[in-house]
Amino acid sequence: MFKSKLTKAVSMTAVGGALILGLSGCGEEAKAPTGGITPKRMADGLHAVMASDRAVYTKNVIQRLAKVEKVIKASEHFEDDKALPLPAQMFRMGAETVAKKTSDFSYALLSKWPINKQNAPKTDVEKKGLDYIAANVGENFYSEEELGGKKYFTAVYPDPAVAPACVDCHNEHKDSPRKDFKMGEVMGGVVIRIPL
Amino acid sequence: MNTKTTAWILWILMTLFSSGYFSYNMLNHGEGATIFLPGKTTHAHHQIEMACATCHTEMNTVKEEVCIKCHGADLDKANDSHPKSKFTDPRNADRLLKLDASNCITCHQEHVDQHTHAMALTIPEDYCFKCHETISEDRPSHQGMSFKTCASAGCHNYHDNTALYEDFLIKHLDEPKTLSKFNIPHRETEKPTQQLHASDADFASLQGETKSGILELWSNSEHAQQGVNCSDCHSQKGVWNPTPRYDSCKECHTQEVKGFLEGFHGMRIAAGLTPMKPSMAKIPMHAEASHKKLDCNSCHSSHEFNREEASYKACIQCHNDQHTNMYTNSKHFQTWVDSGFNGGVSCATCHLPRLEDNSNRHYVVQHNQNENLRPNEKMIRSVCMKCHGLEFSIDALADEQLIQNNFIGLPSLHIKSIDLAKARHER
Repeated sequence: MFKSKLTKAVSMTAVGGALILGLSGCGEEAKAPTGGITPKRMADGLHAVMASDRAVYTKNVIQRLAKVEKVIKASEHFEDDKALPLPAQMFRMGAETVAKKTSDFSYALLSKWPINKQNAPKTDVEKKGLDYIAANVGENFYSEEELGGKKYFTAVYPDPAVAPACVDCHNEHKDSPRKDFKMGEVMGGVVIRIPL
Repeated sequence: MNTKTTAWILWILMTLFSSGYFSYNMLNHGEGATIFLPGKTTHAHHQIEMACATCHTEMNTVKEEVCIKCHGADLDKANDSHPKSKFTDPRNADRLLKLDASNCITCHQEHVDQHTHAMALTIPEDYCFKCHETISEDRPSHQGMSFKTCASAGCHNYHDNTALYEDFLIKHLDEPKTLSKFNIPHRETEKPTQQLHASDADFASLQGETKSGILELWSNSEHAQQGVNCSDCHSQKGVWNPTPRYDSCKECHTQEVKGFLEGFHGMRIAAGLTPMKPSMAKIPMHAEASHKKLDCNSCHSSHEFNREEASYKACIQCHNDQHTNMYTNSKHFQTWVDSGFNGGVSCATCHLPRLEDNSNRHYVVQHNQNENLRPNEKMIRSVCMKCHGLEFSIDALADEQLIQNNFIGLPSLHIKSIDLAKARHER
């Protein structure tokens, strides 16, 4: 009798243990190792790539070929003018191409002084973020916001003038609301959103 | 048999007959099946409206991807001013709640003819207000303008603004009505590479007069000059085909056939339906042409392949609207006659234009008429500006009466967008 009870207890413990192990196995699967990649770290990584490519294109393509060596023009109407796309257009075309491929993150180039008014800050986080990066040189702004019923981790990074081409073009453009940009100054911000 | 019994029998017979008739038509997509359509379709979509599965899933939802399949290349080419990717950005979530511009059918529904506007628009015409309500702050010249007129007054389009954007207007300020030099691409005649003669023909079965007539036409054609023999068109996988169709032509004329299948003349074939016939058209056609089945050789006569005929004569055989019928009285027609039918402006110059091609050929004839037809400002750059100034072109295309008269006379109205651009530019 005792033996039977013991056997039953042992077998139940074994089943229970297996269940716990099984459940913890499921849990481990759901919580796959992240290597500490938080939304912030992911956004910082994405921005590092974006900012580097953007600076390389602006300095080594636009500034060098269109402004210094003058072998090709850069134009807002690059297709009609058979010219190079402007750095901001290059960036936005990339963002639109990404938007066609994934909804895991999105990014935009915004400014308090946009040439196209559609690129002015709209959401509260965008407004606060652009104010923050303009007032706190070299710092980023991180927040969370809800848009269209979805929660997002939103990071705002300063977008400084990295080449004379940036300030010249913005200061000379007829639709630019500000014409006194200087080299190195924050002209706008890159906003990266990751759905939570 | 009393009256009541007779009535019952009649009722049962009529019920059986009508349900049989409708079931047959529905299952076989017969003529009577149109009764199941919930409403009229827009423009040329009537051609494929009975191929329900072209646009609808089995659950009767709309396959958005089909819109893009047929119209996506046009939108890309036009550098679409409002692509879907602009709206999927979360920062535009509030706008999507007002107008879900990430879907074609938000603005373009079908079968709702009672509230369909120009450009197959099925929402109120002042839709620009939803995102651009503060435009007059940025553009004081726009103060007091109705949002209904943004995309209908000749100034802007929702998708294609390639000929209307501000800097383009400025670039072409003060151009004359008619340019001093025309830039219409001429028909290219390639040098003979391998001239074939009647004795070279490798036909399988031809007899008597038919044989000599066909051989004469063929041996004088560009096909014979380029070494294209009978079997190149008539023999498919070793089997002789007496009546080759577009799929034979496609072997060499890939781009042209692609355009044909995308356009009004071939879209039924592309949808797996019988070829389009003038009798099916909703625009005026000549009754005697009703029976013609549209394929490549409807316009390019067999064996002769006369491209001059295909530029005009073939069109007027079927089309019977005012614009077509006024053509021979127009200056456009005169330029075509004066050019010896190689240059000037034929029907095809505007509606099947020669476009620059990046492949090894200089030009490709765009056989998809829809590509530059609606909104008609799409015609400005690919066609009108080859001979006319931008301002004149915009005004002419905004004058419906002038279009109907095949541009005999001058535009009776003026679109102010170019004046506004000029004033802003000079400031």
